[in-house]
Amino acid sequence: MIAASEPGRQARLARDDRPAARAALPALVRVSLIRGIVEIRQFSRQRENVVFTVSLPVILLLLFGQIFHGEVGATGVSFRQYFIAGIIASGLMSATFVGVGVSIAADRDDGTLVRLAGTPLPPAAYFAGKAILAFFTALLEVAALLAVGVAILGLNLPATPERWFTLAWVLVLASATCSMLGIAVGVVIRSTRSAFATMNLPYLVLSFISGVYFVFSRLPAGLQHIAAIFPLKWICQGLRSAFLPDRLLAAEPAHSWEHGKTALVLGIWLVASLVLCVRTFRWQRQG
Amino acid sequence: MTDKASARAQAADLAVRVRGLRKQYRGATAVAGIDLDIERGEIFALLGPNGAGKTTTIEILEGHRRRDAGDVAVLGADPSGSGRAWRARIGVVPQTPTTTGELTVREMVSHFGAYFPDPRDPDEVIEEVGLAEQARTRLRRLSGGQLRRVDVAVGIVGRPELLFLDEPTTGFDPQARRRFWDLIARLAGDGTTIVLTTHYLDEAAALASRVGVVSEGRVVATGTPADLGRSDDTATVSWQAPDGIRSVRTPAPAGCVMRLAKEAGGEVPGLTVTRPSLEDRYLELIGAGSGASAGTTQDGAAQ
Repeated sequence: MIAASEPGRQARLARDDRPAARAALPALVRVSLIRGIVEIRQFSRQRENVVFTVSLPVILLLLFGQIFHGEVGATGVSFRQYFIAGIIASGLMSATFVGVGVSIAADRDDGTLVRLAGTPLPPAAYFAGKAILAFFTALLEVAALLAVGVAILGLNLPATPERWFTLAWVLVLASATCSMLGIAVGVVIRSTRSAFATMNLPYLVLSFISGVYFVFSRLPAGLQHIAAIFPLKWICQGLRSAFLPDRLLAAEPAHSWEHGKTALVLGIWLVASLVLCVRTFRWQRQG
Repeated sequence: MTDKASARAQAADLAVRVRGLRKQYRGATAVAGIDLDIERGEIFALLGPNGAGKTTTIEILEGHRRRDAGDVAVLGADPSGSGRAWRARIGVVPQTPTTTGELTVREMVSHFGAYFPDPRDPDEVIEEVGLAEQARTRLRRLSGGQLRRVDVAVGIVGRPELLFLDEPTTGFDPQARRRFWDLIARLAGDGTTIVLTTHYLDEAAALASRVGVVSEGRVVATGTPADLGRSDDTATVSWQAPDGIRSVRTPAPAGCVMRLAKEAGGEVPGLTVTRPSLEDRYLELIGAGSGASAGTTQDGAAQ
């Protein structure tokens, strides 16, 4: 195709071929991990961030420990033990859903998104970085809650390896789902100032109807049905199945821990919000 | 443009080729039909006042903003549909400075480098922008000018063929601006094509190999800074008339002066003959000259 009599053109083509010949773009997994490390580093260096994220649910736990005494029904399970699941779930949603949404709004405000838009970083790696940070903060928080709960309130840790396994998968799935939801909501927020209110409204409403502050089966049936559409109810229930003995199933609406249904509902939310993020996300808002 | 094939071959060698670019925001026209050809290796400045459409134009070239109409090719590709491989070949320094502060200069530059296929050594880049001493300092402890240099370091760490700089020196003190210009000139010397926007005439004049003057969404003039300065051969003859200062713009100032001398019967009070400076030309081009030279008219009739 290229005439030999056109050395100039040939040289030009050779130069244009260069991008293909150069080093390949870094793999998605690699840049995702880099994003995760950078996010965690930035988060950890803001001490008030760390203290606030960890201390709020711990204070909540201590207050609950002071307010609630006695047992759930005649199950021999203390209210304190019942609520540890709800407080972990609520703290997790705050650290992941609210935390991610607010940090995306902040990234938009401080120019981080515009700067990233100028690089070959794929949006998926940016999302993954947020999810990694969210999981990190969620773990930090759960560790703090369990430490305080066991040391001060005499709570019981999951009793069997199976229940530890339940705790692990519920935490991972819940954290991933809430992070993606946080991104999906966070990308439409206009500014950091409105981010706290926007993110906290759904979080607080869901906390009240999902069995964080009340025994779930004692909520009005209508609210129970609404709560069952959203992830937090299932996260609470999944965590209760890790922390509570089976004899408490009597206090569950379905009289079962419904692990399959929990994984399904969280999985649907995860995929739906992931699709929404990929389709709606823009580094820069179009004027 | 009769020979389409040769136009295409020419386009392949251009860093940027824009034809009939248009963009509106809610009915307000930001870009009203811009044509641009920027060759590889050039330092091209889009010069114009705030709101002239410079940033909109550069953001469309960067692929950060959609256009309403027109053809755009940046490094041979349409920025609106270009992928990661294309993005790896350009560098972007946006208008808004970085305000995130928890990373150190070195961490910031090296992690941005990691997004690119073939990044430069972060320490070398930091040295080049003159921040070697601040490499371990967190961004929030840096001054505005230092932060802007971090932005440039981030913009060049990926070894771009084409670097976009949107108002890079706004808010700089004069000394910092000089150092910055040196840095940009060095980058261009290494073969990087540079497209920058500025509203400083002196910046465009000192830095750019070619300038496109933008006003109200159009490129009203293109050329080297020297070309723009001597656009036409007219001079302005001014003198003190009984009813105030009069000015005439004329291609034959000597004849005009002789006529005036004859009319006055000797010396003409307050007589001056001036050629337009680059600044006069620029102000005229962007339509701001009417205030500065209100008394000047082609036919000599003072307003």
